[in-house]
Amino acid sequence: MAFKQHSVLPGFNLALGYTLLYLSVIVLIPLAALFFKSAQMPLDAFWHTVTDPRLVASYKLTFGASLLAAVINLFGGLLLAWVLVRYPFPGKRFIDAMVDLPFALPTAVAGISLATIYAPNGWVGQLFAPWDIKIAFTRIGVVIALTFVTLPFVVRTVQPVLEDLEKELEEAAASLGATRGQVFRKVILPTLLPALLTGFALAFARAIGEYGSVIFIAGNMPFVSEITPLMIISKLEQYDYVGATSIAIVMLLVSFALLLVINGLQWWSAKRLGRRK
Amino acid sequence: MAQTPRSIATTESRPVRWALTTLALLFIALFLLLPLVSVFTEALRKGFGLYFEALKEPDAWSAIKLTLIAALIAVPLNLSFGLAAAWAIAKFDFKGKSILITLIDLPFSVSPVVAGLIYMLMFGTQGWIGPWLNDHDIKIVFAIPGIVLATVFVTVPFVARELIPLMEAQGSEEEQAALSLGASGWQTFYRVTLPNIKWGLLYGVILANARAMGEFGAVSVVSGHIRGQTNTIPLHVEILYNEYNFVGAFACASILALLALVTLGVKSWVEWRTEQLAARDRANAVDG
Repeated sequence: MAFKQHSVLPGFNLALGYTLLYLSVIVLIPLAALFFKSAQMPLDAFWHTVTDPRLVASYKLTFGASLLAAVINLFGGLLLAWVLVRYPFPGKRFIDAMVDLPFALPTAVAGISLATIYAPNGWVGQLFAPWDIKIAFTRIGVVIALTFVTLPFVVRTVQPVLEDLEKELEEAAASLGATRGQVFRKVILPTLLPALLTGFALAFARAIGEYGSVIFIAGNMPFVSEITPLMIISKLEQYDYVGATSIAIVMLLVSFALLLVINGLQWWSAKRLGRRK
Repeated sequence: MAQTPRSIATTESRPVRWALTTLALLFIALFLLLPLVSVFTEALRKGFGLYFEALKEPDAWSAIKLTLIAALIAVPLNLSFGLAAAWAIAKFDFKGKSILITLIDLPFSVSPVVAGLIYMLMFGTQGWIGPWLNDHDIKIVFAIPGIVLATVFVTVPFVARELIPLMEAQGSEEEQAALSLGASGWQTFYRVTLPNIKWGLLYGVILANARAMGEFGAVSVVSGHIRGQTNTIPLHVEILYNEYNFVGAFACASILALLALVTLGVKSWVEWRTEQLAARDRANAVDG
């Protein structure tokens, strides 16, 4: 096969040329600069930088909190998608539109707002204060902020699949004597699984890199509540470009691995749904 | 209303439905509505007078202007990119297409902080072409061009990823018809393609704009935080908040929250519009 199949439409060279030039200047060359910078560094120095105990503590927090936030949204997102698709209730269109708020609301705004609500004297924080439970300025605060910013992912991946789900399958299962719980577990859930996992992975990937919403509520205490993107910022503030680059490389490798997983999940999901039709 | 046996078999009992709906609404109220409402209550805590006072402050004004400048450059640039990329990908078959699509989505998987850092490594004083820029007295990082670049980076995929599936679904029969009737390439694009994709285009632009005006992490790295010069609204919010000027911080934040609400409103309207058009097309298909 030739590079491009014949078409009567014009403009292919111009459109593709512009696309590639634009992507190269804005995305690819600057990203390459990052790898070029890190290649100048000896491997043991790189290893020493990225395994610094304070940094390792930040990896644990970033991964742990991102995982927890993604799990909360796995269940919360399934519940929301289910209720939005299946049950009629007043104000549904408004609630449906609100689900995208975390995509539209700037992260810094979410950050200061969540920090205020969950502070010991805030609307929610004061409910927990009598039991001496602190949310803002602790790791719990990090999980809350990440749950907020990743809330739409699972809802938006599960919702369309649930809308297309054929009622006949459920009716068939029910007429064969399955209880509602069995129908959910054996018919509905397996169909939703690829979409659920895709949403989960997207949420997790987004949470790993999140910065703006977290730093206000985290308190940013070394070894306790510092997230990895913040460590890049603090290296930059000390003009340690090599250190910042090393951490960025680690983050990028994780992002690329997650991107592969997500592409695989989407491929699986498309195959699954395609086969059913 | 009496329930038929069929609906009992394929839906939940009323108490279960009621409980699940309540739980879902509580989840939304706690995680989404509460933060949104708190932005406005905190901003107006000391009354409207102080609220408008905070917005009239010169540093706030210059932050608003810079945010508008960055969005006004970044959004049209990514609009042109989205159109070109979607035209090449949706209307033609070529090798490496799926790799190209993955590359377009790349900025979404890169942490905003890393996005800012890569421009520091390119244009900063220790960067690739930083010394050359320094010699020629060109400032990119810690100046407006850096902020614009970082904003462009984080909003690259929005328009393209909205248009690619849309244009793929529409195929190219209409364009071929226009060309065979003697229209030029540009005429075909303006008169046939553009009207067909206008809603998807608007959708992508709205989302790109919201992100452009609200970006924090990437812009924060390259800005240098010079008050009144290189602060966008989100960066100004951070500075005011860290100075314990909560009314000022939330007043500026409320502008961004209003922008988010407008974005969501337009987005729902476009979705509603698209549904209506699809329903009309289906009805026409049945009639014809």
